Amino acid sequence: MSELSPVKGRASAIGAHVPLIDGIEKVTGRALYTADLAHGDALVGRIYRSPHAHARIIKVHIDKALALPGVVAIVTGEDCDVPFGVLPIAQNEFPMARDRVRYRGEPVAAVAAKDEATAEAALALIEMEVDVLPACFDPAKARAPGAVDLHDDRPGNLERDVHHEFGDAEAGFAAADIVREESYTCGEVTHMQMEPDASMAEYDMERDRLTLHSCTQVPYYVHLRAAQCLGMDTAKIRVIKPHVGGGFGHRSETLNFEIIACILARAARGKVRLKLSREETIVTHRGRPATEIKIKLGMTKDGRMTACACETLQAGGGYGGYGIVTILYAGALLNAIYDIPAVKFDGYRVYTNTPPCGAMRGHGTVNVRFAFESLLDQMAEELGLDPFEIRRRNLLAAPTKTINDLMVESYGLPQCLDWVEEASGWARKRGQLPAGKGIGMACSHYVSGAAKPVHWTGEPHAVVNLKLDFDCGVTVLTGAADIGQGSDTVLAQLVGEVLGLDFERINVIANDSRITPKDNGSYSSRVTFMVGNAALEAAERLKAVLCEAAARKLDAKAEDIECLGEVYRVRGGQDPGLTFKEVVDEALADDGTISVKGTFTVPRSHQGGRYRGAGVGPSMAYSYAAVAAEVDVNEDTGLVTVERIWVAHDCGYALNRLACEGQVQGAVWMGLGQALSEEIRYFNGLQISANMLDYRVPTIVESPDIEVKLIESVDPNGPYGAKEASEGALAAVLPAVANAIRDAVGARLTEMPVTPDRVIAALARPARTGRHSQDVA
Amino acid sequence: MTKSILSLSLNGARREDAVADNMLLIDYLREVANLTGTKMGCDGGECGACTVLVDDRPRLSCITLAHTLAGRRIETIEGAVRDGRMSHLQRGFHKKLGSQCGYCTPGMIMASEGLLRAKANPSDDEIRAGLSGNICRCTGYVKIIEAVHDAAAQGGGS
Repeated sequence: MSELSPVKGRASAIGAHVPLIDGIEKVTGRALYTADLAHGDALVGRIYRSPHAHARIIKVHIDKALALPGVVAIVTGEDCDVPFGVLPIAQNEFPMARDRVRYRGEPVAAVAAKDEATAEAALALIEMEVDVLPACFDPAKARAPGAVDLHDDRPGNLERDVHHEFGDAEAGFAAADIVREESYTCGEVTHMQMEPDASMAEYDMERDRLTLHSCTQVPYYVHLRAAQCLGMDTAKIRVIKPHVGGGFGHRSETLNFEIIACILARAARGKVRLKLSREETIVTHRGRPATEIKIKLGMTKDGRMTACACETLQAGGGYGGYGIVTILYAGALLNAIYDIPAVKFDGYRVYTNTPPCGAMRGHGTVNVRFAFESLLDQMAEELGLDPFEIRRRNLLAAPTKTINDLMVESYGLPQCLDWVEEASGWARKRGQLPAGKGIGMACSHYVSGAAKPVHWTGEPHAVVNLKLDFDCGVTVLTGAADIGQGSDTVLAQLVGEVLGLDFERINVIANDSRITPKDNGSYSSRVTFMVGNAALEAAERLKAVLCEAAARKLDAKAEDIECLGEVYRVRGGQDPGLTFKEVVDEALADDGTISVKGTFTVPRSHQGGRYRGAGVGPSMAYSYAAVAAEVDVNEDTGLVTVERIWVAHDCGYALNRLACEGQVQGAVWMGLGQALSEEIRYFNGLQISANMLDYRVPTIVESPDIEVKLIESVDPNGPYGAKEASEGALAAVLPAVANAIRDAVGARLTEMPVTPDRVIAALARPARTGRHSQDVA
Repeated sequence: MTKSILSLSLNGARREDAVADNMLLIDYLREVANLTGTKMGCDGGECGACTVLVDDRPRLSCITLAHTLAGRRIETIEGAVRDGRMSHLQRGFHKKLGSQCGYCTPGMIMASEGLLRAKANPSDDEIRAGLSGNICRCTGYVKIIEAVHDAAAQGGGS
C-alpha cells in the first residue's frame, strides 16, 4: 500500500489554486446534467403556454388533444389549486394558470406523450377560451389611475412599497454645499445560464412516492413547494440535483416547470422528462427588473457626503417571486458601502403583464449602484475631485454598524481602491487618453449570505455531515447546490484543511434529499461563508474523534496529539506516531462507521435591525470591490468597446485562488453584458429577444482581459476569514463603463445598456463639457 | 419518418445505425449513440454548446442533419480522452478553470480542438476568432483563453 502524501504541499490546501473537484467530469463530458440522465421509457412532457398577456380564462379545451393516440396525460390549472412562491408571505402563482393568465408564455396546460412529435401535436390541439383583459407592460401604465389590477389584493398594482429613512436626510441636504439629482434607467436583463431548464419526475403509483431530478439552486425549496402543490407528505418526495449548468439566480426559487413535471408524472402514473427550449427558459426568467431610479446626493465642498435620497421603481412582472426582497435589497445596500449620515429610500415594486422578475446575481443592488456611482462621478467632476479621492473621503471605518444596522467587521475597500488606481495606470490616463478613449471607475459590494433565511424555521442556517468509514475516506454530505461556482470544491478544501488530508481521501456527495442534510441552497453568496463554517465545525469534531483514538493507541492525552493529516503523533515526542489508517482503525474499533455533524447559524447580533424590511440586507460579512474600465467610443457608430478591466475584490481570504479569480471575472463580465448589450425587449408583452442572438450576451470577441486582484481583509467570522467572491464586483462595472464613456467623449450615459442608439443620442445632447467641449469648439 | 442506414466514423469507430431521415446530428449522438457529452444550449445555432468535429473542423451538431454526414469522421468530447488520459485541451480547461458550470465546455473544447489542429500556436485574437461562436456564461472567457494557450504549449490538439 502506498503511503499518501505528507502534510506539506497538499494540492488542495486553502489559499492555493485548486481546480474543481468535479472538473474532470466536466471537461470529459461525463458530468450528467438533468437532460443527460438515463430516461428509459420516460414520457415526453411539453407545456402549453398562454398567447395572451392578460386574460380571464373561460375554459381550456383539452379533449381533442387527449384523444390523440400516444397522449398519456394532460393537466391544467384545474389539477392544482395550491399557490406557490419562494416567499411564504407572497405566494400568488399557480404552477399552471387558473382563472387568469398574467403574461405571455405563462404555463396553462401540460402534456405527457410517448414522444416529442406526439406531444407537439397535442399542444396544437389545445384551445384556450378567454376574455382578453387590458394589459400593462410598463410600471407607469400599471400604476396609472384606472389600470386593471393584475392581482385583486394589490390595488394599483403595487406589490410592495418601501419607505426607509435613516438619519435626517433633510438636515443632511441642508448642510450640503452642493446637492444634485439625476434620473437613470436600466433595461430588464436575464440570467441566460447555459443549460436550458429541465426536470425529470417519476411517480411510483404503488407507493404514492415521487422522485424529482431538477436543475435547481435550491433543492430544499423545490422539495417544499412540490409537496405543497401536490398535497404530498414531504417524506414521500425525493429531490435530486444533478450537475447544473449555471444559475445566477434563475434557479434560486422553485420554478413552475419543476412542479408541472411532478403533476404530469403523477397524472401519467409514470416517468416524465420535461425539457424546456431556450425560448421557454428565457420566458421562465426571474431576472433583474427594468428599473427607474431618481437619486439625490448632498455633499460638502471637500466631497464629504451629507445625505442621499433615492426613489426606485421596478417592473416586477406578473407574480411576486422574490420581488419584495429585490426592492428591499435596492434600499438596504444603497448606502452601506460608504459612510453617509442620512439616507432616505423610497422603493416601489409594481406588477406588470410580463414574465416575473426575481433574483439575479447582485440581487437588487446592481441598478441603484449604477445610479449612485454615476452621480458620485458627476459631482466629483464638478468639485474638481478625483473619483478615487472622493470615495476615499467617504469610507467606513470597520468594525462599525451602518446607519441601517448592518454590521461591517472587515472592509477591504481602501485596499481595492489603491490597487485599481495603481494597476490601471489611472493617474496617467484619466482625462489624458486619445480622442474617443476614456477610463472610468466605480465601487460595489455584496452580502456573504443573507443573515435571515427566506423560509424561517428556527433551524441552523447550514448543516454539514461527515462520514468516515473502513476505507479511510471522508465523505462530505451537503445539501449546498454546486451550480458551477465550485461549492463542492471549497467544502472539500475546508474539511481537508482541518484534517490535513488531500482530495485523495475526500469525496463530496451533494443534493439528494434522501442522503444529504437540508440546505437552504445557493443564493445570496451564502455557501462558502455559512456552509463553509458548518463544514469547519464538522471537521473539527471529526478531528477530535481521531485525536482521541490516536491518544488511546499511543497512551497519551488527546490534547497532546498532533494531527499531521496522514500521521498522528504525540506533540514533541520522538515516536514516529500512527498512520491515518491506524488511527481510523482504532477509531472505528468500538463503534464502527463515524458520522459527525457541523452547523452554522448567523447570530442575532448580525441579523439586522428591528424595522419593517430589516430582514433584507443583513449579512455576517460584506465583500467590496473597485473596478476600472478602459473604453473606446466610436462617435460615428456609437459603438462602445471595453478594452480592459481591472478589478480588486475583497473576498476576505481566497480559500481557492483559482476559483475566486474565476468567479470575480465571471461577475465582472456579466456586469459588462448588462452595461453593453443585454436587454430583454417586448412587443405588446411578447419577448422579442428570447433567444441567444437577439439577447446579446458578449461573445469572446467582445470580451476584454479582466485583471483581478484579490484583497484579503480576513473577516473575523468567515471560514479562515473568507467572504463572498462571486457577486460583489458585478455592480461596479455598469457605472465604471458609463464613467469611462464620459471621460472618452464627454457624454454621460444614464440608460443601460449603452447600445449605439443611446450613445448617439447622448452625444447629441448639449451637456458635453470638459476637455471634449473644447475639442468640439 | 422513414429511416435509412447511416454509416460513419464516430470517435474512431465505424458505426451503422438506422436513423430517421430528419434526425439532427445532436439527437443521433445523444439518443442513438448515447453520447450525452454534446450539449444543447439554445434553439438552434446560437451558442456553440453542441460543437463537434467533422473531419477535423468544428460543426454545430444541432443544425446538422445526421444523414448529411454519411462516410464522414465525427469526433465528440467523449473521443477526446485517449487511453484513459485527457487531451491537452481537457487538461488545460481543468487546470486553468476554463470550465465552471461545465455546460458549454464540451463544445468549447471541441471548437478549440479544431482551432489547434488548424493552427498550432494561436494568438489571443486567433483564439477569440476561433471561439467566437461559442458562448460561455460563467468565465468571462479569460481563463478559456489561458486554457487554450496552456494546451498549445503542451503540444496542442490531439
